[in-house]
Amino acid sequence: MIVEPRWEHFAHGADIGVRGIGPSKAAAFEQAALALTGVITDPARIGASTSVEVRCAAPDDELLLVDWLNAIIFEMATRKLLFGRFAVHLTDGTLTATAWGEPVDVLRHAPAVEVKGATLTGLSVRRDGPERWVAECVVDV
Amino acid sequence: MDLHLLKPIGAEAWEIAPREGMHVPAVIYATEALLRDMDDKVFTQVTNVARLPGIVQAAYAMPDAHWGYGFPIGGVAAFDADQGGVVSAGGVGFDISCGVRCLHTGLTRAEVLPVQRRLADTLFRDVPAGVGSTGAIRLDAAAMDAMLRGGAQWAVEQGYGEPEDLERIEERGCMTGALPSQVSDQAKRRQRDEMGTLGSGNHYLEVQYVAEVFAPDIAGALGLHLENVVVSIHCGSRGLGHQIGTDYLRAMAIEAQRHGIHLPDRELACAPLRSPLGEAYLGAMRAAMNCALANRQIITHLARQAFAEVLPAARLTLLYDVSHNTCKLEEHEVDGAVRRLFVHRKGATRAFGPGHPDLPDDLQAIGQPVLIGGSMGTGSYVLVGTPSAKTLSFGSSCHGAGRSMSRHQATKQWRGRELVDQLEREGILIRSPSLRGVAEEAPGAYKDVSAVVDAADAAGLSRKVARLKPLVCIKG
Repeated sequence: MIVEPRWEHFAHGADIGVRGIGPSKAAAFEQAALALTGVITDPARIGASTSVEVRCAAPDDELLLVDWLNAIIFEMATRKLLFGRFAVHLTDGTLTATAWGEPVDVLRHAPAVEVKGATLTGLSVRRDGPERWVAECVVDV
Repeated sequence: MDLHLLKPIGAEAWEIAPREGMHVPAVIYATEALLRDMDDKVFTQVTNVARLPGIVQAAYAMPDAHWGYGFPIGGVAAFDADQGGVVSAGGVGFDISCGVRCLHTGLTRAEVLPVQRRLADTLFRDVPAGVGSTGAIRLDAAAMDAMLRGGAQWAVEQGYGEPEDLERIEERGCMTGALPSQVSDQAKRRQRDEMGTLGSGNHYLEVQYVAEVFAPDIAGALGLHLENVVVSIHCGSRGLGHQIGTDYLRAMAIEAQRHGIHLPDRELACAPLRSPLGEAYLGAMRAAMNCALANRQIITHLARQAFAEVLPAARLTLLYDVSHNTCKLEEHEVDGAVRRLFVHRKGATRAFGPGHPDLPDDLQAIGQPVLIGGSMGTGSYVLVGTPSAKTLSFGSSCHGAGRSMSRHQATKQWRGRELVDQLEREGILIRSPSLRGVAEEAPGAYKDVSAVVDAADAAGLSRKVARLKPLVCIKG
């Protein structure tokens, strides 16, 4: 059975873990990015008036996940944007993606906290079923 | 935590003897009650730190220790470069030089209460806080590098504060050895709009009053008397520090194997102090420390402007400024010999005792003020360094309460609006752009800061001087 893409958070003492689950590695990465947004605000509240292209490469899947999330954090911080939709393509250790979002609107988005960085803590990218991928790590807030 | 794995070795001190690759013992300072509540991950992480090359004497955990990234938060460890010692980006943390600055106001609570609401609104208007907020200062490339080299000294030269402020800041406001050339363009880009911003999460600016004095002689010498009003600022190196942590954690994770360093856990990513990567990180980290010092100096300037508008009689002078997430080269006596060691403090406060040469003349008899932030409802503490901390923990103490509950749990348990109303009924005015952020920072989501401070005092890490209670809290 193909798993429905979804995201969730998991507990870490001082901070918070982000977990993406999907039928492919790319889908799990997309969901992990939504979980990252979910730390800040409800992704469903974010419009798609602008888009940003992201590219990163890493020696293994786990560092690629950290690089991907950190690339999103960088784009959010420097462009003052929030993202509510992601499309990820993975080929041979390289990630290319589009992130859709809009400028931070404090009243509408009520952003709870900014994310400082994705960490190597609780870091895992794994296939734990025929059609089920999980991508997760703790992010520092 | 399972106490059977630990041996009591003194006042509120517990030792884990070296085992399975540990070069030195691990020592946790805590009461039995704090220890029982402490996350098992602290045991794992503090013993992992004891396995790193070149570690000296012991790996320490402070009474507020909790699960961190490689190192526990509340972790202290010293490394000797001559013994193959390492520097760890995780051992410093993402928010490099995050710290607390406390300012006298020269006012009493009775003088502030009539304008408390106006003061809260003015501070909230003037001090940028929260996600997406920007400061008024824009730095070009040359000014950015000057700031990264000069820290609070640079800020004072730019007109943000007075030269005498620098006397009450660690390193007198400027960390030497900063290398802006080792800071990535991305890190500098992240900082471009963020000078003089508070950030979010557990960062705050609070107006507080002295609610209790424990050591009247020391409190008096520090200018702290019952009902005096002070301002405390908790923030760090903002986007620049976060990006440096990100950049070097990745580089160290990839290069560790090449340096022949066996990492018990990948998140302990580190590099030899005497390696190009180790030296580059130290230079970048020191630049981030200067960024944090400059940032707190600019926020001090903004707070002074707000006070001048609402309470012209106020005179905001520095009590002290401490940093929590650092790696500093210091001299320490180990087994009768003075050695130059790189002391990591991750969520721990430097706490030098009386007579330390790094302290300004007027603090020589007292020791270094140790500023401990609590939650927005419970209050904060001022302590001072002790002579014993030098041998107990390389002159280090705790840094705060630490969370007892995840952010997710906190938002399920509390509503931001209700918390703001409840705290207002208790005389504490909260100003924040995010009610969800307020709920995540609910006082009930934190451990009892008093228990942590009492343990630090009983262990001899620092001496309790005064307790501060908030009147106004600006949250990011």
